[in-house]
Amino acid sequence: MGAAPGALEAHLRSRRDAGRKLLVPYVTGGLGEHWLEAIEAMAAAGADAVEVGIPFSDPVMDGPTIQEASQRALDGGATPLGILAQLEAIHACVPLVAMTYYNLVFRTGHRRFARSLAASGVSGAIVPDVPLEELGEWSRAADDAGVETVLLAAPVTPDDRLAHICERSRGFVYGVSVMGITGERQSLAESAAVMAKRLKAVTDKPVLIGIGVSTPAHAVEAAVEADGVIVGSALMRRLLDGADPDELGALVGDMRAALDAG
Amino acid sequence: MGEPSPDGRFGEYGGAFVPESLVPACLELDQAFRSAWGDQAFHDEYLQILEEHAGRPTPVTNATRLSERLGVRVLLKREDLTHTGSHKINNVVGQALLARRMGKHRVIAETGAGQHGVATATACAMFGMECVVYMGEVDVARQALNVFRMKLLGAEVRPVASGSRTLKDAINEALRDWVASVESTHYCLGSVTGPHPYPWMVRELQRIVGDEARGQCRRILDGSDPDYVVACVGGGSNAAGTFAGFVDTEARLVGVEPAGGAAVGRGVPGVVHGSKSMLLQDEHGQVSESHTISAGLDYPGVGPEHAHLAAMGRAVYVAADDAEVLDALQLLAVTEGIIPALEPAHVVAWVARAAGTDDLPEGSTVLITMSGRGDKDAQQVMDLLG
Ligand SMILES: Cc1ncc(COP(=O)(O)O)c(C=O)c1O
Repeated sequence: MGAAPGALEAHLRSRRDAGRKLLVPYVTGGLGEHWLEAIEAMAAAGADAVEVGIPFSDPVMDGPTIQEASQRALDGGATPLGILAQLEAIHACVPLVAMTYYNLVFRTGHRRFARSLAASGVSGAIVPDVPLEELGEWSRAADDAGVETVLLAAPVTPDDRLAHICERSRGFVYGVSVMGITGERQSLAESAAVMAKRLKAVTDKPVLIGIGVSTPAHAVEAAVEADGVIVGSALMRRLLDGADPDELGALVGDMRAALDAG
Repeated sequence: MGEPSPDGRFGEYGGAFVPESLVPACLELDQAFRSAWGDQAFHDEYLQILEEHAGRPTPVTNATRLSERLGVRVLLKREDLTHTGSHKINNVVGQALLARRMGKHRVIAETGAGQHGVATATACAMFGMECVVYMGEVDVARQALNVFRMKLLGAEVRPVASGSRTLKDAINEALRDWVASVESTHYCLGSVTGPHPYPWMVRELQRIVGDEARGQCRRILDGSDPDYVVACVGGGSNAAGTFAGFVDTEARLVGVEPAGGAAVGRGVPGVVHGSKSMLLQDEHGQVSESHTISAGLDYPGVGPEHAHLAAMGRAVYVAADDAEVLDALQLLAVTEGIIPALEPAHVVAWVARAAGTDDLPEGSTVLITMSGRGDKDAQQVMDLLG
C-alpha cells in the first residue's frame, strides 16, 4: 500500500509528533441553530479536528443522546447535502471529519457523496457500518476524491484483522474503547487501554480512542496509551440541553487543558 | 435458491454492513451454521424437536368452499397449526440449537407481531436460556396478548420508544444490545433480513415449510405442482422458506406485501440493518416508516434474496391493503373455519382479488402459506370492525 498520508493524517501526525495529545470533539450536523458556531468554538478551544455527524434515521451504533440529536436535526429538516453545503461556509481552522451511515452514501451515490465532502472542505469520513469486507466501492470513490476513510477497530477484532484495518485506515485509526454504542459512561472501560496498546503495537498512524470518553479525566486516562480521544455524547447532551457555542467551547477547552497537563 | 456468494450476496443484494464490533460474531455464526447444517446429528435434533414439540409436519388443507367461491383451487399450508401459532418456531428452534452449540446462554430477539418473540421465548424456556425481546411501543399496544405470553414464558420484553416504535426500531435496539453483549449473547433474528449469514440461515431453517408442502401438494395433485405458490412478505421468511421448496418447479412464485410497506414493490435499493436490499426511503436515504394494520409486516425493508428473486423475475411481488385484508380474514373464517393472522390474510386478499383475472386465471391451483393463526389479532380486529 504505502500511499502517502493525506492531509488529515499529516496534520494529526505532525501535532502528535510534536508531543501533543489529540482531541477530536463531535457535533451532530444540523442540530439546532448554532451547530456551525459550535464547531468553530470547539476548533478555537483547542480541538485538533472536528467530527461532524450527518444524521441518519436508524443510527445503530448510537446511544440515546446521539439518537436524539440525530432525530432533532432530521425533524429540523437537515439533509446530507444541505449540511455539507453549510459546512462550506465556515472557517474551522482544523480538519473536519464526517461521520455517517452507509445508506446516506449509497443513496446519494458513492462518487457524488465523496466529491461533496471534498467540495465542502471535509477531509475524512467515518462510516461505521462499512467494515473492511464492504469497503471497496466507497473507498475507491473516497480515495479518488481525496477523502480519508477512517476505519474502526473493536476490542473483539482479532490481531490479524487489526493489522489489516490499520493498514487500510486513512487519517487515523478509531479504536472503540468498549463493546457498546455511543453514550456517556461513569468510568473509562478497562478495554480502552488494551485497545490502544494493541493498535499502537501494529501501526504508526495516529490512534484515537472513542465511545464513552465523557470527562477530562477520561480523556487523560485514554490518552496514556492512545494518541488522543474522540468525545461525542458528553458534548451533545449539553447542546441538547441548550448550551451555547461558548459553553461547548469551554468544555472542549477543559479537556484540552487536562490533556496538555497530562 | 442456493447458497449466497462468500460475501453473502444474492446477486447484487445482501452483504454484511455491520460495525466492526459485530464482524467477528457474524463470521462465527456463518461458520457455526455451516458446520451444523452439514451435520446429520444437528438436523436430526432440529427435526425431532419440531416433531415432538411443535407439531410438524403441518398439514396441507384443501380449502374446498373457498375454492368454490373463487373459482381457483386453493390449498393451505398450515403453519398456523404449529406450537406457538406461526412459522416462526421453525427458525427459532434451529437458532436456539445453534446458540447452545456456540456456548451462548443469553438470547435476544426483535419482534413485530410478537410471534417471533413468543417463539424465541418458548425455545429459551425449553433450553433454559435467558431471553430478552425488543418490541416497538406501538406493537406492544396492538399485540398485548403476545406480550403477556412472552412474559409467562419467562422472557423480558423491552418496549422500544425510538423512531416509528415498530419492528424497524426493535431491530435497531436489538442490534445495539448485541454490539455490547455479543460475546455472551446470540441475536436470534426473526426473518430473512439482517447481515449475512442471517438471510441465508433463516431461509434454510424455514425451507421445511416449502419442502414439506411440495411433497404434500404432489400427493394431493396426483404428482403435479401447484400453478401458483403465494406467501406474505414482511421481512420475507415464510415466503423464502416456502419458495425454496418450489423454486425449481414450474410454479409461479408470488409474494404479497402490505400496501403501506411494499419494499419490493415501491422501494429502491438501500442498506439498513446490515444488508443491501429494496428499501422504502426518501431521496436522501432516510428510511421511511411503513404503515399497515399488520404488525408482522410493518417493515420498510425486505430480505435481500427477495430483492434478487424480483430482479431475476423468478418471483413477483404484489400488494394488499388494510381494508381488503380485513375482508379476506372474514372470508377465510366463514368459508373454511380458519381465522388467519392479519399477515397471511394479505395472501387470501390478493388471491380473492386476482382469481379469475390474468394474474390468477380461473381453474388454476394455488398454494397459500397460512403463516400464522389469528388469535393474536382477535382484539385488534374486534376494534377495527367496531
Ligand atoms: C403470522 C406471521 N406471518 C408472517 C410474518 C412476517 O414475517 P416473514 O415475512 O418473515 O415471514 C409474521 C411476523 O411477525 C407473522 O407473525
